[in-house]
Amino acid sequence: MTNITAVDEPSGPRPSKGFNPKRIVIYGIIIVAAMYYLLPLYVMITTSLKGLPEIRVGNIFAPPLEIITIEPWVKAWTSACTGLTCEGLAPGFWNSVKITVPSTIISVLVAAVSGYALVNWRFKGSEFFFTCLLLGSFIPYQVMLYPMVMITAQLKIFGTLWAVILVHTVFGMPILVLLFRNYFASLPQELFKAARVDGAGFWRIFIQIMVPMSLPIFAVAIILQVTGIWNDFLFGVVFAGTQNYPMTVQLNNIVNSTQGVREYNVNMAATILTAAVPLLVYFVSGKWFVRGIAAGAVKG
Amino acid sequence: MQSSVSIKDVSLNFGSVPVLQHLDLEVGQGEFIVLLGPSGCGKSTLLNCIAGLLDVSGGQIFIGGKNVTWAEPKDRGIGMVFQSYALYPQMTVERNLSFGLRVAGMPKDEINKRVKRAAEILQLEPFLQRKPANLSGGQRQRVAIGRALVRDVDVFLFDEPLSNLDAKLRSDLRVEIKRLHQRLKNTMIYVTHDQIEALTLADRIAVMKNGIIQQLADPHTIYNKPVNLYVAGFIGSPQMNMLEGTLNGTTFTTDDGTVIPVGNYAFTAPATGSAKAVLGVRPEHIVMGEEAASMPYSTDVEIEIVEPMGSDTLAWTKIAGKPVTFRCDSDVVISTGQKVRVGFDPARGSIFNAETTNRL
Repeated sequence: MTNITAVDEPSGPRPSKGFNPKRIVIYGIIIVAAMYYLLPLYVMITTSLKGLPEIRVGNIFAPPLEIITIEPWVKAWTSACTGLTCEGLAPGFWNSVKITVPSTIISVLVAAVSGYALVNWRFKGSEFFFTCLLLGSFIPYQVMLYPMVMITAQLKIFGTLWAVILVHTVFGMPILVLLFRNYFASLPQELFKAARVDGAGFWRIFIQIMVPMSLPIFAVAIILQVTGIWNDFLFGVVFAGTQNYPMTVQLNNIVNSTQGVREYNVNMAATILTAAVPLLVYFVSGKWFVRGIAAGAVKG
Repeated sequence: MQSSVSIKDVSLNFGSVPVLQHLDLEVGQGEFIVLLGPSGCGKSTLLNCIAGLLDVSGGQIFIGGKNVTWAEPKDRGIGMVFQSYALYPQMTVERNLSFGLRVAGMPKDEINKRVKRAAEILQLEPFLQRKPANLSGGQRQRVAIGRALVRDVDVFLFDEPLSNLDAKLRSDLRVEIKRLHQRLKNTMIYVTHDQIEALTLADRIAVMKNGIIQQLADPHTIYNKPVNLYVAGFIGSPQMNMLEGTLNGTTFTTDDGTVIPVGNYAFTAPATGSAKAVLGVRPEHIVMGEEAASMPYSTDVEIEIVEPMGSDTLAWTKIAGKPVTFRCDSDVVISTGQKVRVGFDPARGSIFNAETTNRL
C-alpha cells in the first residue's frame, strides 16, 4: 500500500515564495535609503574616535586605523571652550536639564487640564478660546520674540531660567492643548456623566477618572516637549542669559569658535553628546513618538 | 398617586434648535416609565435633563417633591445607567460600585455593606475584584446598574441600557430589570428606541417625537388605541396596515371604492359629515378562512408573499388595492398564489383623520 498525496493540489498553508525579483528590489531600495541616512552618523562617530593627524589625511569614510581614542569625548564634555570659559558641555547639559524638566512638567500639566476643561466643562466662549489657541500655533515664533522679551523684562525675569521656562510653557500650549483636547474628546462622554452622577467634581474626575485613562497621551506630550525643548536654540540664546545657556547654544559656541585649531573630532563628539538625549528618547519611545506625530498632524 | 418625578413645562434649546418643547410629565412613586421614540426625538435629552447633566432652557423639574431644576446631579437622588456602561476602566468592579459612596465620604463599613448587598442582588460576587475589561457585556451592564443601586436612590434612570447587547442577552437582562423593579419598587425612567422593551417593561409608555410627547398611556392602550397616525405606525412590528379613504357617517369608503362598514367602531366623538380618513388594522386582527366570514368586513384575496416567522406566519396580500399583511398560525398551510377569504372587525382597528392625523 502506498500513501501518495497529490503535491500539486493546494492544501494547507500557502508555500512562501522565497526571494523573487520584487523582494530583491524592495530590500535593495530600503538598504540604500538606510545607508544614505546612517552615513552622516557613521562619519560623526568614526571621526570623533580619530586623532587629529588622521583626520587631516582626509579620508572621512575610513574607520579609525591608527589609534582609537576617547580623548575628544572627554574634552568635549569637560574642557572644550564655549566662549570665555573652557569647561566643556557639562554645564550646558545641566542647564538644558534645568530648562527641560520644569518646562515639560508645567506645560504638560497646564495643557492637560485645559484640554479636559475645553472638552468636558464647556464654558461660555470656550470655542472662541480654543480658536485663539489654534491661531496661536500658526504664528511664527520670531513674530512674538520681541514682545516676549518685553514681557519677561517687565516681569524682571529676563535672562534667568524662569524666562526660558515661561516661554517654552507658553509656546508649547497650542499643540499640547490640541493634543489633549482631541484625546479627551475621544473618550466616551458617558464616563464623564457617570462620574458626575456619582458626585465627583472637576478635579476628582480629572485625577481619578481621566488621568488614569490618558497615560498614552501624556507619554506623547512628554516626548514632544522633551525633544522640542532640548533641541531649542532660539529661546535659549535669547532668554536664558549667558550663565544659563542650554547645551545647544554651548555646542554652537564650541563648533563655531574661530580661534586655534579646528578640532573636528571634539566637534563631532560634542554634537553627538548634545543629540544623545533626543536620540535616546526616540529609540526608547519610537511607537509613542510616531503617535505624537500623527496626533500633531491633525494641526496641519 | 403620589408623584415621584414631575416635569413641568420643560423646554430645551440647543442654540436656536428646540429639542424639548413645553414638556409636562408626571411619574408616580414606584412607576416604570419608558420614553420611546426614534433617535433624535429628544428622549435621551429629557433623561439628561432629569439627571441634571443638561441645564433646561425653561420650566421646572421636581424629584421627590423637591425642586431640583438647578441642583447638581449628585443632589437629585438619582442613579443613572448608560448605554455604553460607562464603567471606570481602571477600577475593579468593587471600586466601580463604591466610587460614588467614597466621593460622598461614607464610612467604610457602610460602603462595604451596600456593595455587598448590590453584588448579591445582581449576582456579581464572583467578579468583585475584576476589571471591567474582563467582564462580558451582560456583567458590565449589571455593574452599571449596581452603581446606581448602591447609592440607594429614589429614581433610576436608564439610557438605552440594553442596546449594546446581543439579542439573547438583551431579553435575559430585560427580565432581570423587570425583576429588579418588582423587588426594589423604585421609580424607573427608561429610554429606548426598542418597542419590545417598552411594551414589556413599562407601566406607562411615553411615545415621543420632535421633543413632544405624542401619547402617554399603558402599553395596552398605546398598542390598541394609538392617539394618532405617528404612534400607530411607530408601535407594532410588522406595521399596522393603513387604508386611506373617506369616512361618511359609519361607512368607510377606500380610495378605490371598497366599502367597509365601521358601525361598531367606538368613535371618540360622534361621527359627523364626511372627511378624509385612514383606517388602521393590526396584522394579527385580520383573520383568514371560515372565521373571516363572520367578521363585519371580509373579502377574497390572493396571497402574494409568505414569511414564516417560526411562532407564526406573515402573509402579504392586497385589500382595496393596498398592500396588507396579516398573521396566521404557523401550522396553517398557506402558499403564494393561493386564494383565501380574509376579514377583520373595524372595532379592533383605529380610524384617524387624514388631515390632523388624530384618532377619531
